[in-house]
Amino acid sequence: MSFLCSDVSDVLRTLETAGVNFLWHPSLSQVSGAEAIEILEGCANGTVPLDILCLEGAVLCGPSGSGRFHVLSGTGIPTMNWVRRLAERASHVIAIGSCAAYGGMSSAGVNPTDACGLQYHGEKLGGLLGASWHDPSGLPVINVSGCPVHPAWVVETLLALALGDFGPAELDQLGRPRFYADQLVHHGCPRNEFYEFKASASKASDLGCLMENLGCKATQAHADCNIRLWNVSGSCLRGGYACINCTAPGFEEPGHEFARTPKIAGIPIALPVDMPKAWFVALAALSKSATPRRVRENAAVERMVVPPAVRVSRK
Amino acid sequence: MTRIVVGPFSRVEGDLEVTLEVEDGAVREARVSSQLFRGFERILIGKIPLDALAVVPRICGICSVSQSSAVARALAGAAGLEPPKNGRTAGNLMLAAENMADHLTHFYLFFMPDFARPAYSQRHWYPLVRQRFEAMRGSGGVEALASRARFLELVAILGGKWPHTLAIQPGGSSRAVQRAERVQLLLVLREFRKFLEKTLFGDQLERIAGLGSLAALAGWRDARPAADSDFRLFLEVAGDLEIEKLGRGPDTFMSYGAYDDGDRPHFAAGVFEGEVHPLEQGAIREDGSHAWLQEGAPRHPAEGLTQPAPDKSGAYTWCKAPRLGGKVVEVGALARQVVDGHPLARQLVASGGGNVFSRVLARLLELALVVPAMERWVSTFQPGEPFCLPGEIPDGAVSFGLVEAARGSLGHWLTVGEGRIRGYQIVAPTTWNFSPRDGEGRCGPLEQALVGTPVGGRLGEVLVQHVVRSFDPCMVCTVH
Repeated sequence: MSFLCSDVSDVLRTLETAGVNFLWHPSLSQVSGAEAIEILEGCANGTVPLDILCLEGAVLCGPSGSGRFHVLSGTGIPTMNWVRRLAERASHVIAIGSCAAYGGMSSAGVNPTDACGLQYHGEKLGGLLGASWHDPSGLPVINVSGCPVHPAWVVETLLALALGDFGPAELDQLGRPRFYADQLVHHGCPRNEFYEFKASASKASDLGCLMENLGCKATQAHADCNIRLWNVSGSCLRGGYACINCTAPGFEEPGHEFARTPKIAGIPIALPVDMPKAWFVALAALSKSATPRRVRENAAVERMVVPPAVRVSRK
Repeated sequence: MTRIVVGPFSRVEGDLEVTLEVEDGAVREARVSSQLFRGFERILIGKIPLDALAVVPRICGICSVSQSSAVARALAGAAGLEPPKNGRTAGNLMLAAENMADHLTHFYLFFMPDFARPAYSQRHWYPLVRQRFEAMRGSGGVEALASRARFLELVAILGGKWPHTLAIQPGGSSRAVQRAERVQLLLVLREFRKFLEKTLFGDQLERIAGLGSLAALAGWRDARPAADSDFRLFLEVAGDLEIEKLGRGPDTFMSYGAYDDGDRPHFAAGVFEGEVHPLEQGAIREDGSHAWLQEGAPRHPAEGLTQPAPDKSGAYTWCKAPRLGGKVVEVGALARQVVDGHPLARQLVASGGGNVFSRVLARLLELALVVPAMERWVSTFQPGEPFCLPGEIPDGAVSFGLVEAARGSLGHWLTVGEGRIRGYQIVAPTTWNFSPRDGEGRCGPLEQALVGTPVGGRLGEVLVQHVVRSFDPCMVCTVH
């Protein structure tokens, strides 16, 4: 459904003109029931060419490896088995969302259904298809992770594949397309000035930086959410709440309260990627001591109380 | 008798299978089956209560704000928090935006494409319907998708993104609306209104919302040709095929009350059976007798359990059967409007009960009723007043949160002990509508609505598809 928020006008036609035709989409296709099964069976037995298999949702392997927690309606066959057959025939396989990629929220807590991703179980390679699986072109499963995914991540991955412009070098070490995963959510964050001065929010709806107290992982999370923006103009940070690193395997079990930053001796345990701890501590202390009054006061309120000064040049 | 298994269903959210016993060309018995079990209620056990805010919306990519609203309300109850007026208004706007986007998606992408099937190629309206509504190609669907994408910016401004905002908090909303942003919100609403008035209705929203009787509706329809708007085209198709004779439900309607206005909801809560009765939340029981879940007497959701038993004999779905005081009830836009007392909704139900026509009409009516209300809500924001209040969840609490999602009544029941979630039960709208038989053998609403539906011949199972989709099911939420 997130995909349907694409800002590409008439996104289905745009994909079609690039050569991407939907054989079957559960939310959009005309055909149901027997006709739909016929298409899936045709793909699975090789009589209908399948260029790209997109899977949304985790693979449910339980109970006891039977896959019966998710049976494909009308077929009596576990979806897990359908996916395995279809993946063997597909030229490329895309996991849409963190559940299909790594297991995601479906595998949280006691993982009641033995949920896993197509080629990962959390951070571990494996999953349904196994660590060594690759498509005929040599690509592993493409993990368009995120919970939800940004519609443009899906559209651009599909288009790049259709254009033949997508090789193993386009993926990061967790199988995510680098065009979005080589960015950090921190890039383009509108709270950057609060971050620089460590002027922190202490409760939901405060304007300050969410890293020190409210669990924000934008400095560690791989995605372009604050550059590309969501639904025309939004992002988690713009909505006033922490980045929970939803493109990463295991985001569903952070090991601490989602909206509270775990700390040791007042220092957040998880520091910005590529940043040595000593430098972070030193810079944080320095910037805190240098925080302008405006930034400090605005950080702890819902709306700006001190606007930036206007400089008028006097001649 | 012949048995037909229908599935997978496209253009419904999630996995649905329906088994039909057909005799003399009509459905004699139906069994509705949810084929996916993820166990969110088990995933939540042992978690820190506030973490449910991040977990629960991820049940569903289409009802995400509804799930957020229900969990925030349950946590607010546990914390004894009352969100301030601004926070409540922001929450109402986000929920309404999701609900209206869903109504639009249902009409253009899920329901109407069935009339563009070749089975109807001889009807006089077919060429136009095909041009507007053919699945994945119709011009109406393309226009609706563009309008929907633009409209959901409302949630981006108020809550960062859709789906899965974390802005909806027990104490209100994490995103205070600044003075100038009220204009941005109104702009988004104006654009959506423009699409609805020009393309969907071909008339002012207030005129549609004011249609107070079946006679007024017929008069309005006949004033201009069917090609004038998508709504008129729908009325033409509906009249020609007499879809009001399809899919009669149990005719007991329930609403938890929609959009929290502080003292009372914008649309009233209650149960309608010829007249409105008060809603008794305590009278809800979930019956698992035909679900692949361990046996036990029906339980109130506050004491509910979810323990898989995949080999249980006599079971045919993962879905429990919720009942209200033992009754099978229908939920959704029609139920909301009937309970609230909209005169057209009341007449529709008086003349033909819950059916394919009245369910779809009620959704369109809600678009015309709610969008103007949203415009008014935006103007009530008080910049300078708080949006969110801090609060603590106590180490022990019993609470619940009830909201109206697009598809109907959604409830979460929460038990906290020693600072952790000890019990979490979710009863979603489609859990009500697509429930299986209960221990007394009473069929769920869709199971009842399918009985008598003609099957076979030139139309095949198309009429079954109309009945199923008239409920706008969300199977992902149903079992969760």
